[in-house]
Amino acid sequence: MKHRIFTLSESSATIELGSKIDPDVNRHAIGIAQFLSDHPFPGFIEAVPAYSSVTVLFDLMEVRDVANASAHEFVSARLEEASRMAIYIEPDHTKEIEIPFTVGKECSLDLGVVAAEKGISEQEVIEIFISRPYRVYMLGFLPGFAYMGGVDERISVARKASPRLKVPAGSVAIAGSQAGIYSLPSPGGWQILGRTDVDLFSPTKKVPCLFSPGDTVRFVLK
Amino acid sequence: MGISIAKPGILTTVQDLGRIGLAASGINRSGVMDRVAVRLLNALLGNEEHSAVLEMHFPAAEIVFEAKTVCVVGGADFSPVLNGRPISNWKVFVANKGDVLKFKGRKLGSWCYLAVSGGFKVPQWHGSSSTNLVAHCGGHEGRALIKGDRIAVHTNRKSAGTIGKSLAHDILPCYSTNPIIRLIESGETRQLSKETLKQMTATTFTVSIEADRMGYRLSGTPIATKKSFELLTSAATFGTVQLLPDGQLVILMADHQTSGGYPRVGAVIEVDLPQLAQASPGNQLTFEFVTVEEAEFAFEKFERDLRILKTAIGGLSS
Repeated sequence: MKHRIFTLSESSATIELGSKIDPDVNRHAIGIAQFLSDHPFPGFIEAVPAYSSVTVLFDLMEVRDVANASAHEFVSARLEEASRMAIYIEPDHTKEIEIPFTVGKECSLDLGVVAAEKGISEQEVIEIFISRPYRVYMLGFLPGFAYMGGVDERISVARKASPRLKVPAGSVAIAGSQAGIYSLPSPGGWQILGRTDVDLFSPTKKVPCLFSPGDTVRFVLK
Repeated sequence: MGISIAKPGILTTVQDLGRIGLAASGINRSGVMDRVAVRLLNALLGNEEHSAVLEMHFPAAEIVFEAKTVCVVGGADFSPVLNGRPISNWKVFVANKGDVLKFKGRKLGSWCYLAVSGGFKVPQWHGSSSTNLVAHCGGHEGRALIKGDRIAVHTNRKSAGTIGKSLAHDILPCYSTNPIIRLIESGETRQLSKETLKQMTATTFTVSIEADRMGYRLSGTPIATKKSFELLTSAATFGTVQLLPDGQLVILMADHQTSGGYPRVGAVIEVDLPQLAQASPGNQLTFEFVTVEEAEFAFEKFERDLRILKTAIGGLSS
């Protein structure tokens, strides 16, 4: 798919690189975000990578002060440039993180549902779940919440028809091909397999969130 | 030096223009709902742009001044009274030690601001005083204010010259109970059919009861789309208009999540965000699409006006 650039608002623009969860497309997105952060244009605030897109937030007045054309045209050109430059560069600073988690009646709220829907045992669901590493594609939804992808089809189920009003913090959950961990207590509709006590969001730290886009997560049973 | 909260009000928080640079970590900007009002109030006091204010929903707080304070109220009109005597929005006044500020009734708008000379003093979290109610961080102990809370105030000698000054009508946001909100195209606008777009601009939408700092849900004739959208989660901003599967619209506000997966059918232009934010449940609004260029010009015009105001205030206080 050819990329497209659009105004998200007059002070933000998005470059969309595809419409599928794909590690290569996501690597390109993270690369674009990193290129923009490393080579900020006047007025640049932040580049936010997502599954297959990058959104750049900017100070409209600062951009208008330097742009001959409209701010949107100026920023679109910077996104085009970053997209070209980032295509072959592997993002820095990605890490591998092990997440120990507990399975049990108290914390595996939807394990039975997933097993029943897929016609396999609860133990098999967990074995399949921990058998592979997961890529952190992006952060969003809650502070420090990582959207991970690549959940095995044998355990892939849709999100709950009606979301829970309060999912406990640390809940390890899946929805479709996505996996995630609730970093804070929150309403949510993903299917909960277990719970971890690893802090994903530590407000007093300089870098408050454990995960960054591009990281690899391995789940292990506690 | 500072204020104390005698009655908390339904939702009173410390806010500034927001916390930027952490969206990639899922931490949203927070900040005031009506940036135009707060930028004007801080400019009027000769404060820095990012000086922290109190944001109040109605019923609002009852505030006791612990020392002589130069301050100004603006944004929504909640009929403010100081020691029982009515005071005007957008006009700088002096509160003395022991004075009590109350709000008697909501006349227009949803979010009222108290700005003080120097701004409120709370510990900064990642460069901002804004309260992030989701993360329970920032502002005063990461939460809405409760009875007995005391908030300190920075000093700003420049404000003395602004006592009694008020803002001219021309620069004030035009709040209304039935505003026309201007939109620019966003991610999925062009994927809507002409008929759907026509429906969006011909329909009158009502602000529903589900309207808070995270988002305003609108109700109107459901918007029919021929195609179904399956979108990957990506970034969203303050003012993003999302089309929900039931055909209703929700507009993301200051405490929105950093990402979303619903079609983005428009973006409220920056200068119209105050009119939207100040709309209350039951108010009716209509949409009008404008070009990005028009949006940029409107924004630049406000910024120019604000610069003039700041220069004039600088002249008063020096």
